[in-house]
Amino acid sequence: MASVSVIEAGRPVTGRRSLLRAWRGGLQGSEFAWAIAFCIPYVGVFLAFVAYPIVYGLWLGHNPALYLELWQDPIFQMTIVNTIIYLVVGVNVKMFGALLLSGFFMRRGWWVKGLLMIYVLPWAVPALPTFISIHWMLNSQWGLLNNVIWDVFHIDGPGWLDTSRWLALGSVIVSYIWKNMPFWTVILLAGRMSIPQELYEAAEVDGATGMRRFVHISFPLLANLYLVCTLLSTIFTLGDFNTVTFVSGGGPALTTHVLATLGIRDAFEIARPDLGVAAVMTALPVMIPLVLILMRKLRTSEVQL
Amino acid sequence: MSVLLLDKSSSRQAPATAVRKKNYRLQRILTETGCLALAVVLIIWTLAPIYNMVMVALQAHNDVFTNDIWPAHPSLYSFWIVLTEGYWYLEYFWHQFGNSLYIGVMTVFFTLLIASLVSFSVSRMRLRNGWLLTNAALLTYVIPASFLAIPLYRIMQGYGLGNNVWSIIAVEVTFATPYAIFIFQQYGRSIPIELDEAARVDGASPLQVYFKIYLPMMAPALVAVGTYALLLAWNEYLYQFLLLSDKRSMTVPVALAQFLNSDESPWNYMMATAIIYAIPPVVIYYLFRGRMTSGLTMGGVKG
Repeated sequence: MASVSVIEAGRPVTGRRSLLRAWRGGLQGSEFAWAIAFCIPYVGVFLAFVAYPIVYGLWLGHNPALYLELWQDPIFQMTIVNTIIYLVVGVNVKMFGALLLSGFFMRRGWWVKGLLMIYVLPWAVPALPTFISIHWMLNSQWGLLNNVIWDVFHIDGPGWLDTSRWLALGSVIVSYIWKNMPFWTVILLAGRMSIPQELYEAAEVDGATGMRRFVHISFPLLANLYLVCTLLSTIFTLGDFNTVTFVSGGGPALTTHVLATLGIRDAFEIARPDLGVAAVMTALPVMIPLVLILMRKLRTSEVQL
Repeated sequence: MSVLLLDKSSSRQAPATAVRKKNYRLQRILTETGCLALAVVLIIWTLAPIYNMVMVALQAHNDVFTNDIWPAHPSLYSFWIVLTEGYWYLEYFWHQFGNSLYIGVMTVFFTLLIASLVSFSVSRMRLRNGWLLTNAALLTYVIPASFLAIPLYRIMQGYGLGNNVWSIIAVEVTFATPYAIFIFQQYGRSIPIELDEAARVDGASPLQVYFKIYLPMMAPALVAVGTYALLLAWNEYLYQFLLLSDKRSMTVPVALAQFLNSDESPWNYMMATAIIYAIPPVVIYYLFRGRMTSGLTMGGVKG
């Protein structure tokens, strides 16, 4: 096969034929047809449900006046601040907690394994039931949390979700960490387990234990995984709709929306799809670099997850 | 031990060793205590919302609005109401449960079919420029699904799929295939390409290689991805909420969220519904956990 292409390389061919060959590669006749046919369903799905919506969305949100309108809206300004806090605090606290806990779960013993099984429960349960449960738990009058506070300290707990923006946003972030930390702990735990035990043994001979072992062995080897996980988690969190919707509902008085929920609210509650798309599009300056870095990292399989 | 240490040469070091031993033991006790304390905190932290869910489900309607921290008169009545569709919000519960299941099964089938075909073509038949498709998949994987909701909603209406479970199946397949392709390509590298080549030499067509060699060899990845797709479709809310508004085409999560619109707030029925809805994915998660960890868990994040 290779010799044929070498011979043909010197021959002038028409543009169309060389283009066809470039696509065919080493495949012949019917094989090439099969290979193309196998791709058609995916290409169809991608074009109909990803490419077309992206183009359509860009078209819906192309009017600059929309962004001016958004910018003058105090709710949108708060939403931007909330989104940034949610991403920076939520993602980083969660990832750092997951990193520490993954170290804890490396300990031997049956009860640590049992604990891990319980600990991953928030991840196994669907988002909706747990967030609705947390929403009720935080009810100022009848919720479990304030009942416990009353029983223990004999004081009235605050109205977690209906009095202050910061309490409500804090509740959302804590719920988010509660739900998502187990998953990343398991990922980082898998990362830690893939570190060869000999490295630790060698370090022990050299006298490195505890903190120094972590700083000099675990962390350098986990750093890349940790970075990719943080970036991936940032982008998924940017699109997180359920946590805010069901824990705080964007309240009190629309002060705890994030971009993903505000976009849906604008589009479907006040029937302004163009405004909703524009709200979501304001995340693009953050999203595009993240997407590019992640695609590079994931494609080259620097991370074996 | 002390007898051994009476040896003259080591007698000078004896006290130091003893102190170190003592320190070591103290440190170990402290570490163990710390771990135990952490374990207790973790258990309370993890189980509090789940306990709350169970507690409310076991209470009678009037008991929900009290300051009890455990159910005064626990009963399974709420579960009975849900199972017998005995409340007007739950009128079509089993129908909706069936819808969720149908969407889940169809999503699994089409995700596995579409993703395995394209992975076979790109990484086994080595279709030239196949990386374009891999990149398209990666791009889809890193775009948050909720960001496409508004245009996709209008497009679905345009396709005439409003209020149709097939619109949901299409959406779930769209967002499950990228991860599936990602995993299939990674897993496929562990299967020697010589197997395919040998079959081709024996005269097998690409379709035969796909069915007789590729799919059987990929079985573990198929199971992992299938589980992922099933859980994704079962747990997803946003698209199901936007695209399904009719009570008969709704799925369980949408019906569950409907309770929040009610003035009566039947929290006990709602939590019982929530628990019944959560049981299948939890069972599946724990059953297939071993097959999904260390490599195959990665995609579960997409909400």
